Amino acid sequence: MSGPVSLSHPDDELSLVDLLDRLLAGGVVLTGEVTISLAEVDLVHVSLRALISSVSTLQQGRPGEPGA
Amino acid sequence: MSLVWVYAVQESGAGDAPQVSGVDGERPRIVGTERLGAVVGTVADDGFDEAGLAAAMEDLARIEMLVRAHHGVVAATAEDRTVAPVRLATVFRDDDAVVHMLRERGDAFCDVLDRIRERREWGVKVYVDGAAAGREPASEPGPAAAADRPGTSYLLRRRADRDRSAAVRASARAVADRVAGVAREHAVDVRRFAPQDARLSGRDQEIVLNATFLVDRAREQEFRDAVSAAGAGAVVEMTGPWPPFSFADEGQS
Repeated sequence: MSGPVSLSHPDDELSLVDLLDRLLAGGVVLTGEVTISLAEVDLVHVSLRALISSVSTLQQGRPGEPGA
Repeated sequence: MSLVWVYAVQESGAGDAPQVSGVDGERPRIVGTERLGAVVGTVADDGFDEAGLAAAMEDLARIEMLVRAHHGVVAATAEDRTVAPVRLATVFRDDDAVVHMLRERGDAFCDVLDRIRERREWGVKVYVDGAAAGREPASEPGPAAAADRPGTSYLLRRRADRDRSAAVRASARAVADRVAGVAREHAVDVRRFAPQDARLSGRDQEIVLNATFLVDRAREQEFRDAVSAAGAGAVVEMTGPWPPFSFADEGQS
């Protein structure tokens, strides 16, 4: 990890978790010989690993977390 | 050497690429055929080739950067036209490969564009009201009973707490079912997501509905009003409008 990521968003910023719901599983999937696409890899699976391994960092990085 | 990242596909002549930065800080552009145009960006080959992207997907900070930039370009494009969002991390060797893909997949893209025309995506989430679940301590047994049978008193209180939070949860589930049903009546289609991880959402309330609906633009106000009314009694959160990411896959209904 390249340092803690803050999960607190200003009101005008879309929440990452809502973006992830849509962008990791949505959109037209293009595969084929001309494509270099991670859609062929299980994007959701790959990134879930990153999410899980990042969660502890996230929690440390989140200000105002009541002693969790 | 560089590669070509694809954001979305639109009909030919639908408009220029949006004036926003892409995933590599680049300015998006259009690559087109007579029929269709792809909104693309030129990205560096190191970092955006298969190995580079695989590495990026292991790092939440980089995922967040890619997700926000990809969404930003698609959303900016979708503001004034119909576009079919393309899955995150779809990269081609060059413009010719994109053109080839547009020709090969032309009919499928036109079907997708027809299905999402004049429609946008709205997210609806329902949470258990955590405050209600933990609110108002159970009615205390009389002081005499507590003094006589401290263990029994404790168990009774525990059971009352448990019953109350189960009731609040059951009631939230009922609201979630009602909200989902009402929302579906005012929408064209629905997809359900897995419940969001509380650690990522930062919400301590339990989520009982995480769904997204494809809604006709002309019926958006009606949809929102209906969902708000159906959600009385629980914590309901709506997000949107989103470009129809969740409804852009060809194989789907």
